[in-house]
Amino acid sequence: MRRFVSGIVGLAALLAGCATTNQDNSSRLDLIKNRSELICGVSGKIPGFSFLKSDGSYQGLDVDICKAFAAAIIGDSEKIQYRPLTAAERFTAIKTGEIDLLSRNTTFTLSRDSSGGNGLTFAPVVFHDGQGLMVKKESGIKSLKDLANKSICVGSGTTTEQNINDAFESSSLPYTPIKYQDLNQVVAGYLQGRCSAMTSDRSQLAAARSGFKNPKEHIILDDVLSKEPLAPASDGQDQKLADAMRWVVFSLISAEEQGITKSNIDEKVQIAKNNPQLKPLRRFLGIDGGLGEKIGLSNDFVIKVISSTGNYGEIYERHLGKNSEVPIPRGQNELYKKGGVHISPPFN
Amino acid sequence: MKINQKLFLQFGICIIFFGLIGILINNLTINLIRTGLGFNFSWLFKPASFALAEHPLPYTSSDSYAWALFIGWLNSLKVIVSSLILATFLGTLIGFARTGTNSLLGLISAGYITIIRQTPLLLQLMFWYFVGFLGLKDNMFIQIKNILNISNQGIEFSGLTFSSEFLALLFGLSIFTSAYIAEVIRGGILSVSRGQWEAFRSLGISERKGLTLIILPQALPAIIPGLTSQYLNLAKNSTLAIAVGYSDIYAINDTIINQTGRAIECFIILLISFLLLNLLITNTMEIINRLILKSREYS
Repeated sequence: MRRFVSGIVGLAALLAGCATTNQDNSSRLDLIKNRSELICGVSGKIPGFSFLKSDGSYQGLDVDICKAFAAAIIGDSEKIQYRPLTAAERFTAIKTGEIDLLSRNTTFTLSRDSSGGNGLTFAPVVFHDGQGLMVKKESGIKSLKDLANKSICVGSGTTTEQNINDAFESSSLPYTPIKYQDLNQVVAGYLQGRCSAMTSDRSQLAAARSGFKNPKEHIILDDVLSKEPLAPASDGQDQKLADAMRWVVFSLISAEEQGITKSNIDEKVQIAKNNPQLKPLRRFLGIDGGLGEKIGLSNDFVIKVISSTGNYGEIYERHLGKNSEVPIPRGQNELYKKGGVHISPPFN
Repeated sequence: MKINQKLFLQFGICIIFFGLIGILINNLTINLIRTGLGFNFSWLFKPASFALAEHPLPYTSSDSYAWALFIGWLNSLKVIVSSLILATFLGTLIGFARTGTNSLLGLISAGYITIIRQTPLLLQLMFWYFVGFLGLKDNMFIQIKNILNISNQGIEFSGLTFSSEFLALLFGLSIFTSAYIAEVIRGGILSVSRGQWEAFRSLGISERKGLTLIILPQALPAIIPGLTSQYLNLAKNSTLAIAVGYSDIYAINDTIINQTGRAIECFIILLISFLLLNLLITNTMEIINRLILKSREYS
C-alpha cells in the first residue's frame, strides 16, 4: 500500500514537472538542423502537387517546396520524411509538433493565419488556385444555376465546403451537399453518379480528371467560386522558422525573375564572384551581405536551393507544365512581369 | 485494520486521486494557453456556415455550431436506433438458425458469421456504399410510381426518403453487429442444459414453441450482458459514418474542428455526447435485465 501511495505521489510530481519543462523558446529550425531531417506534411494524393509514385517516392510541386526547405535548412534536399495527412489532421499535426511544416495545398485564410484562429503562419503563396465545379458533359449542365436542387460531392472540413455554401446561398439556390472526408471518395461518389457535380480547387479537379477513364467526358465549369491561394504553413509562434520558409519561397521566385536556373547556377556564382560590381546578385547568392544568417540559414542557402530544385518556373514546368501528366495553364501563376501575380520582395 | 484507520486511508486515496486529476487539468490548461488554444466555448453560438444533406429538424447554414452539433447527434441517434433494431432481429434469426436442427441453415449461418466477423467493418461499409447502393441503376428494379423509387440517390418509400449514405450505414452496421449478436444468442441458448430440451420434447411440445417458451427465457440472463456490449459497440462504430458521407455527429465535428481550430473542445463535446448515448443504452439494458430476473423469480 505504501508503495502504491508513494508511486502515485511520484507520478503526480512528474506530471507537475511536465507543465513547467518544455518551456524553452528554441525554434523548430534548430531542431530540424540537429535532427538532420525535415518532417514535411503533404497530401500524397494529388497528382502534380504531392503524389506517391509506384517506386515509393513522392513527387509534385508541394514536394519540391519541401525539398527546397530541406536544401536551405539542412543542405540536403533528400533528407525529408514525408507525412501524408488528411485535410482534418493537418493543422493539429503542426500544433502538436508531429510535423515541422506543412506543404499540402492549404488555402491561406485569415482564420488559419491568426493567433485567435488556427494559430498558424503562412509562407508566400506557391500556387494561386480557385474553386471550381466539374460535371459530366452529357448532363448538359453549363453553369451554377443549372445545379439548383442537385447533389454536389464535396470534401468535408475544407474551405471548399464553406465556399460552395456561400456560392449557392448568395444566389439563393437550394442544393444538397454530400460530404466525404477524402478527395478519392469525392471522386468515387461523383463517378458513381451519386452527385451531379463535384467541387474542389480547379487544379485538383484537373488532376483528378487526368486519372479518369475518359477525361474528355467531363468538363470544368467556367464559374470560379473562390480565391484559393495555396501556401506552405508552420506554427504561428515560431517566427524564426516562418522567416526562413518565407525567404526560401521568395528565393525560388526571385531566381526565376533573374533567370537563374538549376543548370546555370554554378556559372552565375562564378560571374558574381568575379564581378564585385554586381551587388544585388552577390547579395542574393550569399557572397556579400550575410543575408542567410539573418534568417537562421547559411549564407549560400539560395545556391543550395536552386541547385537542387531549380527556380519556381522550373518546378512548375516539371509538375504542371505542358508536357507533365497534369497540365495546368500557368495563368495567374506567372511572374508579375508576364502578367501573373508572383513577385519577390528585394533580397536586401 | 481498525475502522478509523480504514477511513483515513480511503480519505487519503481520495485526496490523491482528485489532486492528480487537478494536476492533469491544470497541466492541460497551461499547455493549451501556451499553444494559443485556451478553453473557449463561445464559438458554439456563431453561425456554422455549412449546409447539411440530412437534418431531422429544420437547419440552415446560418444556424449556430451548437445546433449543427445537435442535428448531428440526432442523425447519429437515428442510425444507431434503427440499426440496433435491425441487428437484433437479424442476429436472433441467425443465432436460432445456427443452433437449430436444420443442418443446411446451420451451415449457411455459420458461413455468414465467419465472413462478416473476419472482415473489417470499414471495408464492409465502403462495400455497401460504393458497390451496393451507388451501384444501383434507376431501371434495375420495378419502380412503383409515387410509392417505391429505388436509385443510387437512395430509396423513396411512400413519401419517406432514405439517402444512400444512411442506408449503407444502416446495412453495414446491422449486418456486422448481427453476426456478433448471433454468437451471443447461440452462447445463451447453449448455456441451457440439454435436459431442458429433452424435457420439452418428451412432453410433445413443438420445437418452435419449446425454443421460445422454455429455452429462451432461461437463456436471456446469459444473453443480455453480451447483447449490451454489442449495442455499445454498434453505437461507437456508427462514427465510421464519415467514410460513407453520412452527416453524423463525428463528421460534423470534423468540419467544425477544421473551421474553428477548436479540436480539444470539440472532442470533449464528442466524448460527452457519446457518454450520454452509451449510458442511455446501458441503463435501458440494465432495466430490461432486472425485469427478466424478477419475472423468473415469480415463475
